[in-house]
Amino acid sequence: MAEFTLPANSKVGVGKTYKAPAGATRVKEFKVYRWNPDDGKNPVMDTYEVDLDKCGPMVLDAIIKIKNEIDASLTFRRSCREGICGSCAMNIDGTNTLACLKPIDEVKGEVRITPLPHMPVVKDLVPDLNQPYAQLRSIEPWLQAETAPPPDAERLQSKEERAELDGLWECILCFCCSTSCPSYWWNGDRYLGPAVLLQAYRWIADSRDEATGKRLDALEDPFKLYRCHTIMNCTQTCPKGLNPAKAIGKIKQLMLERQG
Amino acid sequence: MSSKDTAPSIHIRRSPLGRARGLGAAKAGSHHWWVQRLSAVALLPLVLYFIVSVLMLKGADHAAMAAYMAEPWNTVLFIALIAALFSHLDQGMQVVLEDYIRTDSTRLTVLMLVKAVIALLALASLISVLKLAFS
Repeated sequence: MAEFTLPANSKVGVGKTYKAPAGATRVKEFKVYRWNPDDGKNPVMDTYEVDLDKCGPMVLDAIIKIKNEIDASLTFRRSCREGICGSCAMNIDGTNTLACLKPIDEVKGEVRITPLPHMPVVKDLVPDLNQPYAQLRSIEPWLQAETAPPPDAERLQSKEERAELDGLWECILCFCCSTSCPSYWWNGDRYLGPAVLLQAYRWIADSRDEATGKRLDALEDPFKLYRCHTIMNCTQTCPKGLNPAKAIGKIKQLMLERQG
Repeated sequence: MSSKDTAPSIHIRRSPLGRARGLGAAKAGSHHWWVQRLSAVALLPLVLYFIVSVLMLKGADHAAMAAYMAEPWNTVLFIALIAALFSHLDQGMQVVLEDYIRTDSTRLTVLMLVKAVIALLALASLISVLKLAFS
């Protein structure tokens, strides 16, 4: 059955509290999911009190400050700190987003931070994303064309053809959308999920690509594509403001178009 | 998420890419999806017609009910309602059960039971309409 409760070894307990230093002027509580694969214990939520007057404006600034100044064992992924690498995707205040794009002052009260939902956890805020990465590889996300490009030029697109890729190319593969999708939670091993389906449509929509039929064939499946029930969590959560649900809808339209 | 409940067991040994590709695309799904949308659209006017019929027959006795059903258009529309409703129910329940039941053997058993109940309900409804229409 689908899992509606956490298994016994995943139940989250109460962790340590790290008090703000004396003289802190503007204290905000950060409750952060902690799990260490090496100590054999259940995950806990540690509480860190951070002085916002000595911290940058984004949630990522706060967790970097925590790691640097309060608790060096806190583990998370981050790289570009400007919303283009997708590394710091995590669940903040109940919504999947990028820590580097989420202003702390958008969160009322304590800031709860957990890893992307329903993925195996490697440590603390680091999820195991091997499955979605492999699913991305499975849709062959590269240009496929048999016609040789002009010998003296790139494969050109008109402005209209290029505009078809707007709303698709911006995806940074942070998987906030896929891990927010209940269908992906219940059937992630077979359903490709919104991020990968948006990427599939990105190549279907590319005027230079010649493998459209093959790409649609690979998605013609009750699980790979049709587990999308237009729940729309993907579109609501996307930190880049993209619309994976619309891309999936367009794939379904093309499936119909080639039948009738 | 554990691999033990993912039949067939051949999946367990494979690399992430092998598991992602799985058994390949089933080459089906669009038809099921489209027919479910068609029956949903058909149900909009048919359910409206059903509600109007119930309101018109409020307090009617058996003879009036039978007379109403015997009108050819009413017979046709009620049978159309039964066809659209139960095919929509059948396809919808199949998707729900596929969503939530992961073990293949359990899913198959429950699917067969639910589909049998839906088929019997559809037949019972159909016979009821026909009995009234031809009584």
